[in-house]
Amino acid sequence: MAKDVYLHPPLTDEDVAAREIGDRVFVSGVLYTARDAAHKRLVDLLAAGLELPVDLKGQILYYVGPSPARPGRVIGAAGPTTASRLDPYTPTLLALGLKAMIGKGKRSPEVIAALTRYKAVYLAATGGAGALIARCIKKAEVVAFPELGPEAIHRLEVENLPTIVVNDCQGRDLYEEGIRAYVCRAS
Amino acid sequence: MRQIEAQAIIEAVKQAAIAANYELGEDLKAALAQGEKEEESPIGREIFRQLLENARIASQEKVPLCQDCGVAVIFAEVGQDVQVVGGDFQEAIQEGVRQGYREGYLRKSLCHPLTRENTGDNTPAVIHTEIVPGDKIKLTVVPKGGGSENMSRVFMLKPAQGWEGIKEAVVTTVKEAGPNPCPPIIVGVGIGGTFERAALLAKKALLREVGRPNPDPQLAALEEELLKAVNCLGIGPQGLGGHITALAVHLLMQPCHIASLPVAVNIQCHASRHKEVVL
Repeated sequence: MAKDVYLHPPLTDEDVAAREIGDRVFVSGVLYTARDAAHKRLVDLLAAGLELPVDLKGQILYYVGPSPARPGRVIGAAGPTTASRLDPYTPTLLALGLKAMIGKGKRSPEVIAALTRYKAVYLAATGGAGALIARCIKKAEVVAFPELGPEAIHRLEVENLPTIVVNDCQGRDLYEEGIRAYVCRAS
Repeated sequence: MRQIEAQAIIEAVKQAAIAANYELGEDLKAALAQGEKEEESPIGREIFRQLLENARIASQEKVPLCQDCGVAVIFAEVGQDVQVVGGDFQEAIQEGVRQGYREGYLRKSLCHPLTRENTGDNTPAVIHTEIVPGDKIKLTVVPKGGGSENMSRVFMLKPAQGWEGIKEAVVTTVKEAGPNPCPPIIVGVGIGGTFERAALLAKKALLREVGRPNPDPQLAALEEELLKAVNCLGIGPQGLGGHITALAVHLLMQPCHIASLPVAVNIQCHASRHKEVVL
């Protein structure tokens, strides 16, 4: 039965293992942003045996490239970007102890398997709700790769950012199961 | 010959780019409100609620509806009795995009295809110009997001595949896109012409107001049939399951070669942004 849950990173294995697809998860605390270019940098650093600019253990990555902040505002629009583009990098980061990712859209079978293996979850935020989600972001600062502009890694402080568990660590997928309940049966 | 200053074009494009990104059209708001009432899935209804709230916040606080402020696609209808003075027509449009994306705090999302280096000012815009009768210039600024554009397809069908083939192409495109293009979506379908014309028709089809039926009753009936088929997929809002995957399917059709049946499917996310100005 889907529940409302409030999570604050850093997350433990227990925080994650209790989650089921369809749970509404409200995230508060610190998140790190990363999209295509930042992921490539992180994985390249690891391949070169170098240290990462952020410790991902227990953390949540938010796949977002915000629009610029108007003066006096924390951030511009900040909704999730398509997660599948980051699939090739994700298992490597999960192996470092990353506990959750927030994005939108399907994940690859490799990522879904890695969620089970490393005990982590994939959360979907509402794609295209950039203004609504921006309201949950109380602080934003660039902590790595500033030259990447909107693709730089930001440290965000958020309050009750609304998400839904799409892939849990039992290998379930809400994108598959949710559709099954509503697909028209052949007559 | 009526003269229009290039500066007026710059200003019009700039204002339209900003307005399109902050203000969701009334047609979309009405469609989302209807969706909130009619969607059976509880998660789906919650998504509709969030999207309506998002539109309110964007408008009130002058924040873009979506952080992906898109490629600026511009449809320009230039009256044949107009002379543009004081500058270059195409460059005026580019400058309007440049200024609008800078002054409106819109995300610059264009980059070199290979090095991926950002162009820094969201140019070049993609401009489609038509010469039409009259002495006015109509500019429609369409910020087109990457997530939904990535899920779009062109099919060169065999004529024998006919309507069933077209229907299958549309349904398959939406099915494969699943949650990725941010449903509820609008589906633009271009049928006929040539390879590139079909794609342009599909994009133009997206400009029609949601909820306004196709003026051609035959195409209106086909749109209904496609909408029903697409919504039978069960994808629902954000792909989390539901009966409303698409808010509308819009068709544009024109004759094609006897050997061909080009079909393009352009997917548009729920943040269907377009702003029209007439000079």
